[in-house]
Parts: sequence; structure tokens; C-alpha cells
Amino acid sequence: MMSLAAVQSVPTNNVAVRGGASSGQPVVQEQTAGTPAHGAHPRLETRALSVRYGGGAVGVADITMPVHANRVTALIGPSGCGKTTYLRALNRMHDLTPGAHVSGQVLLDGEDIYGPGVDPIVVRRRIGMVFQKPSPFPTMSIYDNVVAGLKLVGVRKRSVLDGVAERSLRQAGLWDEVKDRLKTGGRDLSGGQQQRLSIARALAVEPDVLLMDEPTSSLDPKSTGHIEELMVELKKEVTLVIVTHNMQQAARLSDYTAFFYLGALIELGPTSRIFEAPAEERTAEYISGRFG
Amino acid sequence: MTLRFRHIRDYAVRAVLVLCTVCLVAPLLVIIGYVLVNGISALTPAFFTEELGSPARAMQGRPTGLFHSIVGTVVIDLLALSFAAPVGMGAGIMLSEYSENPLNGPIRILTGTLNGMPAILMGLLAFSLVVRPTGRFSAVAGSVALAFVMVPIIARSVESVLRTTPWSLREVGLALGLPRWRVIVSTVLPAARSGILTGVLIAFARAAGEAAPLLFTSFGQNYLNLDIRRPMDTLPQRLYSLAISPYQEWHAMGWAAAIVLLLFVMACFLAARALSRAHGGRDA
Repeated sequence: MMSLAAVQSVPTNNVAVRGGASSGQPVVQEQTAGTPAHGAHPRLETRALSVRYGGGAVGVADITMPVHANRVTALIGPSGCGKTTYLRALNRMHDLTPGAHVSGQVLLDGEDIYGPGVDPIVVRRRIGMVFQKPSPFPTMSIYDNVVAGLKLVGVRKRSVLDGVAERSLRQAGLWDEVKDRLKTGGRDLSGGQQQRLSIARALAVEPDVLLMDEPTSSLDPKSTGHIEELMVELKKEVTLVIVTHNMQQAARLSDYTAFFYLGALIELGPTSRIFEAPAEERTAEYISGRFG
Repeated sequence: MTLRFRHIRDYAVRAVLVLCTVCLVAPLLVIIGYVLVNGISALTPAFFTEELGSPARAMQGRPTGLFHSIVGTVVIDLLALSFAAPVGMGAGIMLSEYSENPLNGPIRILTGTLNGMPAILMGLLAFSLVVRPTGRFSAVAGSVALAFVMVPIIARSVESVLRTTPWSLREVGLALGLPRWRVIVSTVLPAARSGILTGVLIAFARAAGEAAPLLFTSFGQNYLNLDIRRPMDTLPQRLYSLAISPYQEWHAMGWAAAIVLLLFVMACFLAARALSRAHGGRDA
């Protein structure tokens, strides 16, 4: 299993580039040294992304930031700052929210997922999501939950499904606990197991990016530990974006941290730099617990 | 003094509530009791096995019954359900799951109006839609009339049951890259299954008790008929015919028909209740 050293290897010797808070520009700092070999290009990138809700309420405004491949990017900020709104824009989950309007671009490997003719279904197969509340399909067995993303689009071959189920459950660190009761209901698992089942289900369709909306906030410390280890392991294969309220968690396992406040991106940079030497006053105040 | 006043007020409120409950339950008990007392004597084995035949049969004491009405009720009601369930469920799914659909406003008004419309008008509608064009009364026409009674009830209950299933269920499915219809069919509907069945059963029971829509559609007859293109008998409409007939023996049979109908409808409601409990227990 990959050690937490991967997190610490993120360089901290960059000089913070002040974007000038007065100009309203967020401090977005790219790495200049020690660029990871397989993370040279952003897998995902948003340009001037804004989400407005019905009645003119602004969810997030004008967010431009990269999400690097095979890295964990943490979105932090006080409640209502727009981090979940931003996350949900990354795989077009706002499409079904009445009155929600998304503008700007979200580039997945350079292609705008909001571009004309882009099928949101295809987008969501490449950009998966794990929700705050563990949410196994209530009427399905553990097995059927994991392979739902394949079986329900017509993959019928038993050998293929069996293989996917085992691989995904192993990736989610759940295989050993459930391999003897794959046919039992997903609802019978503990909360932590249910959340790992949700992760296995998301991984089964082999997404390039996995978005996680406070994946551990409803779990006990032990289950949280499980899932954190899992995330560090998973970034070998997928790019992770997590929303978290837990700053220790962001510090422990993310490579990059983005601080959101009042619907704006205030600061983005390597996690260690954000936590040790934030360039923005508000970032410093938030991570030191003075508000939020 | 104030404490005493509060006690009195408490008793008064409780007395009013008890009175309201009694007013609610009493008519039901009176109906059940009255129907049982009057009809139990006519509830012979022959009642369930024989056709009605001509009035002479009953007056000469030959065995006569409402076997043909019971069979007809089952046939017409099930046929009506087979028309109404897909349409009602489709409308309910549309209202709940595709809330952005511009037709939803009109659909809601339509189902609301249908729901409040006197059932006899459904009969009139089926009369003009089926009886007139085909030139005859038929079981199909009766089923169409009853389907009009069922559709709005099913649509409304399916909509409200689907709305109570967690929204997250849909998001999880969509996030897996599943198309919307697939998410509805494979995750939302199974999760709401017992609630949907409850709604369908209630609509079924409601329609099964209707006589008015059948009077000039399925029309009724005194003999067993299994051809849905011809007039067929049903319990509620037979109950009405027996009650307005001039024969004493037929009146007694009408009471017996009321017992059977009552039991049938009560069984439907009890089943619906059991189902909705199972639903509430699991999805609470």
C-alpha cells in the first residue's frame, strides 16, 4: 500500500504568488518544481466556472482551477462556501436541479464536458461520484450494487461481472469482509462498509476521476481511517477530488488544497504550502479555526 | 382555580375528540351490522355457485345466486386495472420524475378534475367512446369506465410515493452514468414498489365498489357470460338492480351481494394497509 509519503513529497519550496485579493483574483499556484511524472497535465480543469441557482442565488462564481491527474485535490471552506456546488458541476449533476445554470468550461483532458453534443451520461461514466451519505441501492444485493453501473447498461456476461465485482471490492478494501455474502442486501452492512460499497460501485465503471462529497462525514473514526487509506491507494489509478469539512483530513491525504469562501476560490496550492504558509489572510484564518 | 379550569378544558377537548371518533366509526359499524343482519340468510352456498336467472327461479325456490356477478366483477375490474395501471403509473412517474415537463401542469389539472368527477360521468364517457362506436353494451366498455375512475387515483398515489423515495437514489444512479429512464426503472421503482402496489390496490377497491359507471356500459345480465364483447354482470350494479326490483327474494339477495362486496373492498384495503406498513418499515 502506498505510504503517506506521497503526500509529503509535494514540494513546499514554492514562493507563494500573490494574486492580489483586492483584484478579486484567487491565488492559484501551480507547482514549479518536482512536477510529478504522470501528473504533468491537469486531468480536469475549470475555466470561469459559475453556477447560479433559481432566483439568482449564486452557488459559485468564476472558478478557474486545475485538477491534476493521479492526485488528491481537497476542497475546503466553511458551510455554504460553494465547494459541493463546484464539485457537482464537475460531472454535470446540476443538470437535473431545476433552475440551476452552469456557465464557463469544465475541461476533461481538454474537452469541455458542457460543450455542444456532449452526452452527460458519457461524462458521468468517466467522472464518478461518491456521496456524503452511504447510499447502496436498497433493493439490490451487495453484488448487484457493485456491478449496477455495468449490468444496467446491458453487460450480461457472468465472467465479466464477477471479475469486475471482485476487482472493485478489493480496490475498495471490502472484498474480504463480504466475499462470502455477496448475495445479501447492501443495507445489512455497517455504515463504513456501505460507504466502501458505494466507492466500489463507483470504481466498477472505471472512471478517470472520482468526486467525493464529504465521504467520511457520517462515519466513525475507524471507518474514516479505512476510507482515507483507500483514497491514498486509489490515486494510483484515478484522480480524486474530495470535499471535506475536516481540515486534518485534507492535510493528511490531499496533494492539493483549494480554499473556497462565499462562492469564490480564494486560494489553491500544494496542501503543505496551503497549511504551512497560506498566501491569503482568509485562508490562514480559516485553517487556524478562527471562522467557519 | 386555574388548574381546575385546565382540567375541565382538558376533559372537554377530549370529549369532543371522542365524539368525533364515534361519529366516524359508528356509520361504518351500523352499515356492517345492518348489511350482515339483512343479508346473512341469503348467503347460501348456491349464492356462490348459481346464476341469477329469471325472477321466477327465486320465487319458485329454485337455487339461484350471483356466481355470474362475482365472476363478472373480477373480469371487469382486472381488465380495468390492466388499462389503468400502466397509464396511471406512467402519469405518476412523469409528474414525479420529470418535473421539468411542461405538460405536467395540464396533467395535474386533468387528474385532479378526473378525481373529483362524479363516477357516472365516467360511464357516460365510456358510453360515447366504446358503446356508441361498437353499437353495444360490453364488459370492455365497463372496464374503460372503471379505468377512468382508477387512473387519477393511481397517478396521484404513484407520484406521492415516488416523491418520498430519497432523491439521492437517483443521483447515485446518474453518477454511475446510467440513463435517466434506467435509473427510474431499476432503482426508483423497485424502492417504491410496495407503496405503488398500495396505491394501485386502493384505486382498485375504489373502482370495484362503483355501480354508476357500469349502468350503461357493461349493463349487466342474469346469466354467466365470459365474452368481454357482450354485457356482463357485476356486484355493485347487480346490487342496485336487485334493490329496485319488485321481488322480495331478490331484495334479500341484494343484501347478500352487499356483504360480499363489502368483504371484497375491505380485503383490498387491508391488503393495501399491510403493504404500506411493510413499505414504511423498510424505507423509514
